[in-house]
Amino acid sequence: MTAHTTYEPKTAIERWLDTRLPIVRLGAEVLEFPTPKNLNYWWTFGGILSFCLATQIVTGIVLAMHYQAGGASAFLSVEQGIMRDVNYGWLIRGIHANGASMFFIAVYIHMFRGMYYGSYKAPRELLWLLGCVIYLLMMATAFMGYVLPWGQMSFWGAKVITNLLGAFPIIGKPITTLLWGGFAVDDPTLNRFFSLHYLLPFLIAAVVALHIWALHVPGNNNPTGVEVKSKADTVPFHPYYTVKDGFAIGVFLILFAVFIFYEPDALGHADNFIAANPLVTPAHIVPEWYFLPFYAILRAIPDKLSGVIAMFGAIAMLFALPWLNTSKVKSMRYRPTSKVYFLVFVVVCLILGWCGAQLPDDAVIPALGKTGINLIDSDLNSYVWLSRIATAYYFAYFLLITPILGLRETPLPVPDSISKPVLAGEAAKKD
Amino acid sequence: MLRKLTVLAAAVGLAFVATSALAASTKEEPVAPSAPWSFDGPFGTYDQAQLQRGYKVYREVCSSCHSMNLLAFRNLGDKGGPFWDPKYKSSVENGYVKAIAKDYQIADIDRDTGDAIKRPGTPADHFVAPFANEAAARASNGGALPPDMSLLARAREGGPDYIYSIVTGYHPAPAGLTVPAGKFYNPYMQGDLSSFWKGDPNKVPVGGFIAMPPPLADGKVSFDDKSPSDLKAEARDVSAFLMWAADPKMEERKQTGLAVMIFLLVFSGILYASYRTLWRNIDHH
Ligand code: HEC
Ligand code: HEM
Repeated sequence: MTAHTTYEPKTAIERWLDTRLPIVRLGAEVLEFPTPKNLNYWWTFGGILSFCLATQIVTGIVLAMHYQAGGASAFLSVEQGIMRDVNYGWLIRGIHANGASMFFIAVYIHMFRGMYYGSYKAPRELLWLLGCVIYLLMMATAFMGYVLPWGQMSFWGAKVITNLLGAFPIIGKPITTLLWGGFAVDDPTLNRFFSLHYLLPFLIAAVVALHIWALHVPGNNNPTGVEVKSKADTVPFHPYYTVKDGFAIGVFLILFAVFIFYEPDALGHADNFIAANPLVTPAHIVPEWYFLPFYAILRAIPDKLSGVIAMFGAIAMLFALPWLNTSKVKSMRYRPTSKVYFLVFVVVCLILGWCGAQLPDDAVIPALGKTGINLIDSDLNSYVWLSRIATAYYFAYFLLITPILGLRETPLPVPDSISKPVLAGEAAKKD
Repeated sequence: MLRKLTVLAAAVGLAFVATSALAASTKEEPVAPSAPWSFDGPFGTYDQAQLQRGYKVYREVCSSCHSMNLLAFRNLGDKGGPFWDPKYKSSVENGYVKAIAKDYQIADIDRDTGDAIKRPGTPADHFVAPFANEAAARASNGGALPPDMSLLARAREGGPDYIYSIVTGYHPAPAGLTVPAGKFYNPYMQGDLSSFWKGDPNKVPVGGFIAMPPPLADGKVSFDDKSPSDLKAEARDVSAFLMWAADPKMEERKQTGLAVMIFLLVFSGILYASYRTLWRNIDHH
């Protein structure tokens, strides 16, 4: 971290600390960190995400005081103990269960923000990679957390997802056995998932620390994608961005509270109010909404192993992105063509999420009925085909569109610096 | 500024639409809603008289097949519950609840002899299941299992509307549909009837078969408050009671929510004003 603080240890204890463990200095550096003054509201999601992580950890620790991992006790300890008998248990669980969804809403917006403004490009590749690691850990944590209440969807979701890993040759079977702690999803599975669900959030917190460290070396990107040139381009993080982020967290909390207090079940699945039963398969097994795009990609591929590879590949694309983007201009504010392809990409992700919740063979446009064009295994007017088209775009966006556009697109004029827009009209034009 | 607010609104709006759209996952069977319910909306509350009637329907009819294992008798006297009475400091002292509990015989162990005994229930005891175990329940119901009712209203899409629809929705099977022995046609039940259907394959009836005989009929239960006891009224009351049983903290939740919302609006307002004041002299575009 570069020294950019006016901090002077004033008291004896601060001076003592400053030559041994300059932790007060670190705090001062973080607070005074020079931050581009033109960050828009899309930049508030970092603060929101830190808030989400803290919320999950605090509520999770309280839940763990009342939760009992075990096939016979888990459902009861949640639905009877926490939801009925523990004072404000309904609130703690409501925050934790809906908090996971809010966490993902925030992380998806945060990631799309990074993609749009090219925040993963040099010198921020490592910052982006650490973010991708956080996202992976979040998915693992949320998946295992959802198993804990041991409802029907918990159990069957765990079974379907862990079975996927079995598709890998040679290593598949041993991995599933290890995950299950036996030869089926059962008590040992639940117990190890609880252990890991408790552990991973603290790993996330550690990676978040690295993420912020890696942020403080190059500093924030900004909507222009032009690096900070002088002090005139920045303001100290505190109070300017603490207050702005605080306001954004307030608004985010309003949405969060709507779910907790008025729609506590909207983001969950009714079947999870039924205790797990290995003998009764739910009519329709669907993962939590934040996994649906990947679930759609998985099911888009007719072959199981290839489907699993495509699903993991979809995430791998994110890791590769810094090296796939060939453009010299970071922000899509100055890349009109890329902007269009990007917006289509966002819509495609939403479509994939939508497809993931549907039955693959159902008609996308019911009024049309069967088109009679049966390709591979399904009619053209089906969700599986919509998923296939969307999956093709998803991968093309990373592997073709992004590298090619970066070389061929002619960007608009880019300002010299954050404080000095390049054209007179530029100051008025904001996107 | 307006632009910023629009962006923010768009962000929140987009997130909201996306998530609620994605959450609405499964395709639902047709539901004949019994709405409006007293507990609809952000200010809705349970109607205590209706909960009492609904409890009576559950007790006299449904409880002979459906268990309600997560509930203790004392829950009936909890704040917002059917027999809540502010006169009693705690629901275990509630006279009405005590009387209800006492009517049940609870399996226990004699502390002195160790013999299995039966003793009268207390408010702390849980509702008594009609069958000893799943096999016994299935054996008495033609192989079908009557689901536990503690969470039924949250464990089905449509919740109380769904329960109401099932109970009132029995229909004579359309001509051409073969109904297996011991089953009943119900258009609100999930299922696929194509293999039982002899008519036009494009006009397979909606719905499915259910192993539960129509549990309610006009006048099956008579209410102490003399309110109507036709099929629909009974079904509405029991559905409301089951909603309470599945979500007993709803009133507390909505009340807390109101206070939280007011706080958050004021809090965000103050932060917004601080933000505007602080950034007034910074040209940040
Ligand atoms: C004679 C025993 C019996 C009685 C009395 C009874 N039920 Fe049922 N009920 C069953 C059985 C058995 C099933 C399972 C049906 C199946 O799976 O086909 C069932 C299923 C249901 C379902 C459908 C649940 C689902 O799987 O979606 C509802 C709703 C229901 N009962 C409500 C009620 C209500 C309300 C009452 C009281 C008014 C009641 N039942 C009384 C035996 C009974
Ligand atoms: C990255 C942060 C976290 C995420 C995304 C997350 C996610 C989840 C999810 C999705 C559930 C299922 C909710 C439900 O349907 O009930 C859950 C349950 C649970 N979580 Fe977490 N969690 C996080 C952190 C923690 C931590 C740090 C702890 C403990 C220290 C914890 C303890 C629990 C417990 C005990 C349950 C089971 C009770 C319940 O289901 O409500 N969680 N978590």
